[in-house]
Amino acid sequence: MFEIRIHSRGGQGGVTAARLLALAAIHDGKYATAAPFYGAERRGAPIVSFVRIDDKPIRIYSQIKKPDMVVVLDASVMDVVDVLQGLKSGGKVLVNSQQKKEFSGYASSNVDLTGIALKEKLVVSGSPILNTPVIGALAKMGIVSVDSAKKAIREMFTDERNVKAAEAAYQEMSA
Amino acid sequence: MKKIATGNKAVAEAVKQVKPDVVAAYPITPQTEIVEQIAEFVASGELKGRYIPVESEHSAMAACIGASITGARTFTATSSHGLLYMHEMTNWAAGARLPVVMANVNRSLGPGWNIWAEHTDALQERDTGWLQVYVSTVQEAYDATLMAFRIAEHNDVLLPVMVNLDGFLLSHIMQPLDTVEPGDFLPPLHLPHAIDVKSPMGYGGLTGPDQHFKMRWDMERSMRDSVNVIEETELEFAKRFGRQYGFTENYRCGDADVIVVAMGTLGKEAEVAIDLLRRDGIKAGSLRIRWLRPFPDLDLLKGKEVVVIDRDYSFGRGGILATEIMAQTKEAVASVIAGIGGQEVTYEDVADFVRKRSMGTEVWFGVNNNV
Repeated sequence: MFEIRIHSRGGQGGVTAARLLALAAIHDGKYATAAPFYGAERRGAPIVSFVRIDDKPIRIYSQIKKPDMVVVLDASVMDVVDVLQGLKSGGKVLVNSQQKKEFSGYASSNVDLTGIALKEKLVVSGSPILNTPVIGALAKMGIVSVDSAKKAIREMFTDERNVKAAEAAYQEMSA
Repeated sequence: MKKIATGNKAVAEAVKQVKPDVVAAYPITPQTEIVEQIAEFVASGELKGRYIPVESEHSAMAACIGASITGARTFTATSSHGLLYMHEMTNWAAGARLPVVMANVNRSLGPGWNIWAEHTDALQERDTGWLQVYVSTVQEAYDATLMAFRIAEHNDVLLPVMVNLDGFLLSHIMQPLDTVEPGDFLPPLHLPHAIDVKSPMGYGGLTGPDQHFKMRWDMERSMRDSVNVIEETELEFAKRFGRQYGFTENYRCGDADVIVVAMGTLGKEAEVAIDLLRRDGIKAGSLRIRWLRPFPDLDLLKGKEVVVIDRDYSFGRGGILATEIMAQTKEAVASVIAGIGGQEVTYEDVADFVRKRSMGTEVWFGVNNNV
């Protein structure tokens, strides 16, 4: 089983990113679940979502304690939350950032999802939409296939700019 | 097409497919998505029935009762305080022998204010005459909702059915979902005691001391008859759609020395604990209670050590499930109270409950030092 924890702030689309990723994994022929952790959410508060991907049905509902991968949609969350908590040794970290940040003992990648969203004018209520571009970055990392990523995005969004944003993230991503 | 859905969406999808004539509901976290989705189906014309946005849950059930007594297929959904606000009317729906179907998203009761998973809400409705099923996956939420209508509306039953799914843990998780075309799996509803709105007349509703007990006995007779109807319905569902259910879901129980009993998502996660324990050489199994009313036959537990996990409590008595099971098997169990108000419980915790079990004791997870 491959377990991913997504860190974001309320309103940034972390929950939808988890759902898109699970749907893409299912299109890849895998089993997947996407579970947001519901605390006392409000817009702007740090939140986490969980994605599990496996070759067999997933029977776990509790929170992911030892993720294989951590995705950080908002780098400012790292000031208040230990995003590396429980991350398996050698685990992957993907950060939405223009600059690459090294994490000792982990495989770090970055991509400027915010810049891509702004370029594609994917903005809702003043917030750039990060959930569709991040799926492109995750496809580049081999978590899901590119075809399944696009298919999942098209099923959940009618605006083709979401697919373009995912493609841009795929291209720009430091592999 | 491969779909992915939340537990709430799966319930709404099933409701759309059974084409209810009337849905009357009031939103409450974490159930809101069910009624939002159904309202959207009605607004878009995908569902032809009437959606009645009521001012309270008491009114929601009252509206379902009023519609159902005319022979209409009815549905509502609620949770927690909403369910308990209906309490007077849930008794009425059962007593009037109306096949109302309800989804209840299990949530804790306040105070302190808490919106997370717990079974105490539905268990406080245990004695109303409703059939109750507890589900553990998005697929099962969908399948159980479809089957609930056929069971409730069967002439040998004519009692309401409550489909229970854990708040957030199941209502908000996304999992794969296969939908089906129910077709004639669900025949049209013919309520034998339906009133004729075109020929209005007055009924005397008073039943005296020489009659009332007969009506109550008749409810119990139907509750007992519902056992066969549930078996037949689940068998027919399996034949048509390939997914099989039962009163309980038994996992590696055959040669087990110790069996974990739970309901809902924790009952599913317990299976992972069983695999873990088996690797350590502990012969454990898991039995997930699906139907709480009518209560299942639990012969499988006889002579075994039993660890019961209650995500609920009856103050001054104990875990409600543990109490029910002990009444059935006449044997002491190890009772664990865990998951109250959404308390995080993992499969590793469940494995620990088994390792540290002591028959005849009650332990509150996170409170007593021995867990």
